[in-house]
Amino acid sequence: MKSLLKSVAWIGLVLLLAISFQFAAAAQISNTRELTVFAAASLNGAFSAIAGEFERSNPKVKIILNFGGSQQLVQQINQGAPVDLLASANMKQMFEAMKSGRIDNASVVMFARNRLVVVYPKENAAGIRSLQDLGKASLKIVLADKAVPAGQYSLDFLAKCDRSAAFDFSFAKRVLNNVVSYEENVKTVLSKIILDEADAGIVYSSDISASVSERTGVIEIPDSLNVIAEYPMAIARDTSSRKDADKFYKYVLSDEGRKILTQFGFILPK
Amino acid sequence: MKKESSTTIGTNNGLLRPRWQLVLAGVPLLLFLSVPLVALVLRVSPSRFLTAVMEPQVVQAIRLSFLSTAMTAFLTLFFGTPVAYLLARKRFPGRTALDALIDMPVVLPPAAAGVALLIAFGRRGVLGSFLGGVEIPFTLAAVVLAQLFVSSPYYIKSASAGFASINRELEQAAEVDGASRIQVFRTIILPLALPAIVGGIVMTWARALGEFGATMIFAGNFPGRTQTMPLAIYIGFEIDLDVALVLALILLAVSFFVLALVKGLLSQRLTMF
Repeated sequence: MKSLLKSVAWIGLVLLLAISFQFAAAAQISNTRELTVFAAASLNGAFSAIAGEFERSNPKVKIILNFGGSQQLVQQINQGAPVDLLASANMKQMFEAMKSGRIDNASVVMFARNRLVVVYPKENAAGIRSLQDLGKASLKIVLADKAVPAGQYSLDFLAKCDRSAAFDFSFAKRVLNNVVSYEENVKTVLSKIILDEADAGIVYSSDISASVSERTGVIEIPDSLNVIAEYPMAIARDTSSRKDADKFYKYVLSDEGRKILTQFGFILPK
Repeated sequence: MKKESSTTIGTNNGLLRPRWQLVLAGVPLLLFLSVPLVALVLRVSPSRFLTAVMEPQVVQAIRLSFLSTAMTAFLTLFFGTPVAYLLARKRFPGRTALDALIDMPVVLPPAAAGVALLIAFGRRGVLGSFLGGVEIPFTLAAVVLAQLFVSSPYYIKSASAGFASINRELEQAAEVDGASRIQVFRTIILPLALPAIVGGIVMTWARALGEFGATMIFAGNFPGRTQTMPLAIYIGFEIDLDVALVLALILLAVSFFVLALVKGLLSQRLTMF
């Protein structure tokens, strides 16, 4: 009985190994080419949809998406991670990537824009009704870290408030006093608001999808105070397939790509 | 002439030297473990190290790490010892389940643990919402709780094994001689289980020192308040590589020193028996 179980276990193990080798081999043998796209966390909805549509019209290409805070993606690139295309949430991180020499500088193009909004949990126990409320005492605010594009944009917005007559001189300081956590990408800021663990946060307007708006409230930031986030995209110099990268790049810039971007709340560059 | 037996071949004053094949087989993993650490030491110049160590963010992270892990170690010792003792000595219904439960935090990915802690003890949490206005996330308490969750099982398991290995006859002999339960615990059980207890606390402390995922999600990231060294390394890595390298090096140096110290003490103890 024991030896029978042993044999069964061995056969099972061999089968498992054989199956996993098959998968590995299949990826090698098959005709699909892979395109690795690094994209800012805020692009996860839009780029997943764009990649899906692209794969539909280009069945031989499989898009591998890597989402994260732009600063994290660029660090990975600087340390040599294989990548074909980078879409960052600000030019600062794109410049960092260009410093590494891995970007085809001529291909850098602004493909989308975004703006900031203040978001609060649906319950709104803290009673946030206006931008000024962000300075209320003992409020819990979550922002993205200043290394993250969304975080830097948030600080820029606060600096604009400081220069505006609508806010008193200590507003930015009081808001920063209320910050309880600096997150490493904008999506975790949103998560903590949705979970109602913090009273307010600053995210992109594109982050407010239909499902998100069911669980949160939003305060719009007027143009005069808002920061326009500019998203650059570029092809890697050492891309594994220049043809495919070019195709995807053009697709993002095409009418269909732009339509998907607007569907996900992005603003199109002029 | 003394006949050579397998026990005397390769000996050196009675200490058995391992066969060269064994040493060769161990070299790959040893190299793999040590090269990254050596690379870290080589990459950071002493001057860069000294300047970075003075930076407020670095100092804050170091202070927070040591404060929180000390608290975690203390709490683990205080609350974990009864659990370890129970597990080792008593047979009760559900013991296997409890045993498996204590294994869970080790098996759970730290990020998942962080989410679970948030859902349980966050201000809108299952338990957290009943704390009468006390909000745990984003505080030092949250840092300690996150560390406690992921690292205390190491102590409990180790101490438990220590308690279980004690020969009951020794205790019975003491009791026959008139020792009370407390005396038996203090004079027999504790000393005999001490290597396992100390070893367990060191493991817990080391794991707590390196804790990142659960801390990030449950306690958040705020310099001076919740940004422990691993969090500072992570964020620092994305802005200022120097800061990250220095912190990593400090973590490495401190951990090595403490572990070497404790293991040195432990091995002394072991040779006493």
